[in-house]
Amino acid sequence: MTTSTQKPKWGDLEDEDGNNLDFLLPPPEVIGPDKNGIKKVISYKYNEEGLKVKVTTAIRVTLKVMDTRKSVAERRSWPKFGEAADTEEKKEDKGYTTRSTEDIFLERPTAPEPGGQLMLCRICKKKGDHWTARCPYKGLAPDPADATTTTEESDSKLGKKYVPPRPDTKRRDDDQNSIRVSNLSQDARDEDLIELFHRFGPLSRVHVVFDRQTGLSRGFGFVNFQHKEDADRAVEKLNGYGYGNLILKVELAAPGSKVEK
Amino acid sequence: MRPYLMKGHERPLTFLKYNREGDLLFSCAKDHTPTVWFADNGERLGTYNGHKGAVWCCDVSRDSRRLITGSADRSAKLWDVKSGTPLFTFEFDSPARSVDFAVGDKLAVITTDPFMEQTSAIHVKTISNDPDEQTAESALIITGPPRVRINGAVWGPLNRTIISAGEDATIRIWDSETGKMLNESSKETGHSKTITSLSMSEDGSHFLTGSSDKSAKLWDSRTLTILKTYETISPVNAVAMSPILEHVVIGGGQAAIDVTTTHHRAGNFDAKFFHKVLQEEIGCVKGHFGPINALAINPDGRSFSSGGEDGYIRLHHFDRDYFNIKM
Repeated sequence: MTTSTQKPKWGDLEDEDGNNLDFLLPPPEVIGPDKNGIKKVISYKYNEEGLKVKVTTAIRVTLKVMDTRKSVAERRSWPKFGEAADTEEKKEDKGYTTRSTEDIFLERPTAPEPGGQLMLCRICKKKGDHWTARCPYKGLAPDPADATTTTEESDSKLGKKYVPPRPDTKRRDDDQNSIRVSNLSQDARDEDLIELFHRFGPLSRVHVVFDRQTGLSRGFGFVNFQHKEDADRAVEKLNGYGYGNLILKVELAAPGSKVEK
Repeated sequence: MRPYLMKGHERPLTFLKYNREGDLLFSCAKDHTPTVWFADNGERLGTYNGHKGAVWCCDVSRDSRRLITGSADRSAKLWDVKSGTPLFTFEFDSPARSVDFAVGDKLAVITTDPFMEQTSAIHVKTISNDPDEQTAESALIITGPPRVRINGAVWGPLNRTIISAGEDATIRIWDSETGKMLNESSKETGHSKTITSLSMSEDGSHFLTGSSDKSAKLWDSRTLTILKTYETISPVNAVAMSPILEHVVIGGGQAAIDVTTTHHRAGNFDAKFFHKVLQEEIGCVKGHFGPINALAINPDGRSFSSGGEDGYIRLHHFDRDYFNIKM
């Protein structure tokens, strides 16, 4: 693209349509197509700043020979009608049909690759048949081996109700000393909880829960103390404490420790 | 495949239809203007202006001269394909849902929705060669079950029967001369939810139905026995059969009403290809931003188009690999 700084004299311009200076432009040229099938179209226009711009467009022309029926060939030359005819005059019709820039494939369903990872189902422990998500036994009772361990617990506490097996049955040691702080202000951060709880003893972890989607605080958090006594003292002192216009609810978080008390 | 995206409709697509030679593609949408496109490059040829409501269905005559459209403005219109001028309007008391020309284009079946006190009905109209002689009289009116919408009606083999399917998940075969019901699909083995689409095979020997029960079924059009079932994971809105390969295409996706409340990947807005006989999934073609409402395969079997709730028609020309898929 080249620009020429030669501006038209103001006297040449017509008063009515000051923007349309196309009559001053040289006529467009078409060169080619050459032996590679590339056609060059050189046209001139004014850009937004009123400068004359030479636009060179290279177009690859390919000739595709197709056998069609007479009726199809005839329909190809039909004039446009309806709304399509209106837009043809304004040269806007091009916007209606676009070629996807993305190449789209017929995606084959996941075929087992030779030498790839073997499919292993965690529910029925079958290898190479299906993934856990596709297990036909999904949602049904677990393996008898698993069932025995869970039913022992549930029988004693909750009657015969089914308790799903927990992935990690071993809790971390300091989980015993974890306390849950709810009715927190939306603006409270980890630092605020540290400030509030550090006076009761050394802390091991502080965590305010945020909503993953909205990024806002969900209004509760967890504080882990290194010592159980400190945790108990903090619960006693701070439960019902007014903090940032809200009354805190502080309780021991671990269900195991609740039972102990 | 680099599909052509055709954005002529301002509202969700409802139906797509190729003419017999496969050079024209007719599209219907919930906006009021059916549109015709060149099926090779997706260029818009024209629009059929005149309906005042959503257009649900269309059919084109074998010689590609006449188009019939059924619309929610309680009318079905006959059009001149070339010029886009309306030739005749059939007026009804309720929205027209489905239209189909009989073999020979002398008859057309038009179904109407249940509306107020009206029950759904199947109208058979005689189509005259000369539009000036066209009359609105029905050769036959079959009233369907009360308060149940008929979503699709097509002609059976040799125009002897009319096959209808609808909201009650039942397929019925009617005698096209007397209007008597000849056969009805059983509730136990058939679909369990609304049948959304109905597509006849090239030779009329079998047809494919898609249903909200997340499956598509292949039926024998004489005995109404289920030949095959294609299971998928989301409601089926559109079905089509390849005329050259043993392939069926199923389109759909999560209902538009639920789209905003779930993850976009949960939508399954892809066209799924199944092997017609083996009932195995061959693959899927992604691209739409909303459920697929319409599908059509070119009669030459080398391209297909899908229309979505997103208002786009995507016209795909198959790659060479597609024709060499081994099952």
